[in-house]
Amino acid sequence: MQNSTQWVEIGALDDLIPGTGAAVRVEGKQIAVFRTDDGLFALDNRDPFSDANVLSRGLTGDIAGRLVVASPVYKQHFCLKTGECLEDDQQKVQSYPVVERDGRVFVAAVGEA
Amino acid sequence: MNKRQLLVIGNGMVGQRFLEELVELEHDFEVTVFCEESRPAYDRVQLSAWFSGATADDLALGSVEFFEQHGISFLCSEAVVAIDRGARVVTGSNGTQYSYDALVLATGSYPFVPPIEGSDREACHVYRTIDDLVAIKASADTSRRGVVVGGGLLGLEAAKALKDLGLETHVIEFAPRLMAMQLDASGGEMLRSKISALGVTVHTGKATQRIEDGSSHRHRLVFAEGELETDLVLFSAGIRPRDQLARECGLEIGERGGVVVDNQCRTSDPAIFAIGEVALWQNRIYGLVAPGYDMARKLAAQLCGDLTAAFTGADMSTKLKLLGVEVGSIGMAQGGAPEYRVCSIEDAGSGVYKKLVLSEDGKRLVGAVLVGDTSDYDALLQYVLNALELPESPISLIAPASGEKPMLGVDALPASAQICSCNNVSKGEICSAISAGCTTIGALKKETRASSTCGGCATLVKQVLDAELKSQGIEINNDLCEHFAYTRQGLYHLVRVHGIRSFAELLSQHGHGKGCDICKPAVASILASCWNDYVLDPRHVGLQDTNDNFLANLQKDGSYSVVPRVPGGEITPTKLLVLAQVAQKYDLYTKITGGQRIDLFGARVDQLPAIWRDLVDAGFESGHAYGKSLRTVKSCVGSSWCRYGVQDSVSMAIYVEERYRGLRSPHKLKMAVSGCTRECAEAQSKDVGIIATEQGWNLYVCGNGGMRPRHAELFASDLDDQTLIRYIDRLLMFYIQTADRLQRTSVWRDNMEGGLAYLQDVIINDVLGIADELESQMQSVIDTYVCEWKRTIEDPVALKRFRPFLNDDQPDEQIVYVRERGQKRPARADEKSPADVLETV
Repeated sequence: MQNSTQWVEIGALDDLIPGTGAAVRVEGKQIAVFRTDDGLFALDNRDPFSDANVLSRGLTGDIAGRLVVASPVYKQHFCLKTGECLEDDQQKVQSYPVVERDGRVFVAAVGEA
Repeated sequence: MNKRQLLVIGNGMVGQRFLEELVELEHDFEVTVFCEESRPAYDRVQLSAWFSGATADDLALGSVEFFEQHGISFLCSEAVVAIDRGARVVTGSNGTQYSYDALVLATGSYPFVPPIEGSDREACHVYRTIDDLVAIKASADTSRRGVVVGGGLLGLEAAKALKDLGLETHVIEFAPRLMAMQLDASGGEMLRSKISALGVTVHTGKATQRIEDGSSHRHRLVFAEGELETDLVLFSAGIRPRDQLARECGLEIGERGGVVVDNQCRTSDPAIFAIGEVALWQNRIYGLVAPGYDMARKLAAQLCGDLTAAFTGADMSTKLKLLGVEVGSIGMAQGGAPEYRVCSIEDAGSGVYKKLVLSEDGKRLVGAVLVGDTSDYDALLQYVLNALELPESPISLIAPASGEKPMLGVDALPASAQICSCNNVSKGEICSAISAGCTTIGALKKETRASSTCGGCATLVKQVLDAELKSQGIEINNDLCEHFAYTRQGLYHLVRVHGIRSFAELLSQHGHGKGCDICKPAVASILASCWNDYVLDPRHVGLQDTNDNFLANLQKDGSYSVVPRVPGGEITPTKLLVLAQVAQKYDLYTKITGGQRIDLFGARVDQLPAIWRDLVDAGFESGHAYGKSLRTVKSCVGSSWCRYGVQDSVSMAIYVEERYRGLRSPHKLKMAVSGCTRECAEAQSKDVGIIATEQGWNLYVCGNGGMRPRHAELFASDLDDQTLIRYIDRLLMFYIQTADRLQRTSVWRDNMEGGLAYLQDVIINDVLGIADELESQMQSVIDTYVCEWKRTIEDPVALKRFRPFLNDDQPDEQIVYVRERGQKRPARADEKSPADVLETV
């Protein structure tokens, strides 16, 4: 799948402070990119509960072994790997491929299933 | 139909409690109260506090507002002179007549003055009313030595008052020992030696025969054997029921006084009732307030139609502190019947005496005496009241703490066991409240009132709670979250003691996993309270909760609001103009807050630095509206302008706000300063409330508004500026040190074992010896204060985070506004369809 992916460079790894996220725009989509000790992750920036583009500003961490970001609005947790909402299995945000090459970060606006 | 007329004669503690119980119920009476004194009911139990600084207001139980609110006619300074039972009419001291359908006698008692020649000389007083206290104080001003005649409970209270007034104090007791009613001979002796060590001279077995002119002092007391000179005499030789009115109208009176009542508190006239110290029930007068309160409660219920409500006697066990000495007396303290068995311990070194009185078979406890240490009181009382079977070796119940003391399992208590005697709450009621969801001490107190008056049963309530939670299979887990097996207080100490400066360091040494949105902000707050580092430092920025993260308040659409600090709510027109210009420039929705500041809404994250550059240039600082930290210090205009102000509340508010600005704490902190007792700044609804008095400042603590409003409590009175600030420094730091995450001061206080008195002990009396440390910790936070926004706009690294997108400077096009009443507001979903969009920012 990654072979057909269109990678977009969104900036330097050093622009991302460890443990935090940042919003990026990739092909018109607002995407939240997170830098954690376990690597980079990318999700939709839109929080489905508030309909505000804020997930990049959430706190990261782990809940029962799953890496998550907590929405800064109503505090639901989303799995950084899959975008699943831990509190509500009806809600899910899109996750995206993200990689680092030579200190640069690349995101593909193609959703991972 | 006319309402039934209910007259209450007397507004003492019991009379007032009766009214409070009555208005809680549905009643159809028109109530009139006769109060002979010039003020509504006050707390006579705490009278001696008046000499150590409490004012008449502090002691007040009733208030004009209470009577007004409940439509009760309150006749102040009016006694009743006659009762006409035939016509059902009473005559007031000003001649007016009042008819009644029901009449309650709550006339209380008067101090008994023994028939001693010279007892009416000047500077001879009794100890019962606030007016008595005023007279005692006046006499004390011209006295060096004072004598209390009477070594009972009240007499020793009075001796404390004389001691507080700085007099050389003596106590004269007719009986061979102190507190003859409550203690046995050995207990009395131990109490005597402890009190003597405190500088009060005790003379027992002395009958005063006359009082005459002294030579070196005003009076000379002449005893059967010997004499003693003194300047002031206080009679505290017992009480007598005030049954004069009842006698004159022919009600049945006991042989030795007191209005005879039945279980319904009804006198020999079915329309007349008597409660409190005037009532004689089964040939007993109860001279304690708790039985009086019980009568008040039962009578109120009965008058409102509960025919089963009955007063069936009261336990006379007491636990108190006399002149600082702990004394407890339970049940048959003096042994009583000869077949009872007794075991006791006595330690002259530490001044502790404890005695148990056992039933003949040694299996039940029937009484106990405790002097010098009453820590076993609660457990022993339960053994007596519930006839619980004693452990094999009963003496172990009172043996010095060896770690082997058998715990009274609260499981052993029957559901009917009374846990809180002040508010008559049983174990059963506490358990049902727990089942209904009250799983904290604070919640239990609110629901049941248990432990909300004297707090003496707090330990027991906690035991019931823990046992009940355990038996219901609810595990008590105080861990902060899955990453730290510590409470917030535990983490605070780890950070402080080990000098930990970052979350990563704390997590690797004391936690596991990666952290979460519970522990990260909590630790960020602790780190800030301890070290006051910049919150957007790369080490800390990933820990900050929603609002701290961008130093502004996140709103529902992802935009932020901005609240600059306006210390004390005082603002120059020029600065006000700046706020208006900034709001106009960035099109910010503008609203006045409840904390006397101005909130500017609708700023996108990328606009925040520019907005703050304008604000900082004009001299504004961060208002920390986004932080769990000091918000505002509200103030009234104070003595500078107000006709009634007695202190400069605005200057104090500004001083306090600037002192504690930026202080990170377990939850937000709000304060207020009022310039006089009218309290226009509403300080009593704040975490810290300061109210001006003629002499200085009264400090109120642990109040809040919001979902569960709680009035702040008076913490200390008439403080000078320095003492006031010192107490606030200590209080806030103690709160920061010990509170749970997101626990307001009100809940912190409600959950504190020992309650307000304990908090006062820690902050005012420094019983933990930590006051200096708390002050210096606070000082270091104050000394390292920097405006976070001033720092941020000068920090290129921090500013990077405020870009709308890492790879694009175009703002978020999905933040959309419509206009309403001349300002913008976020568009609703149905307003966001392109046709309806009036404006895109």
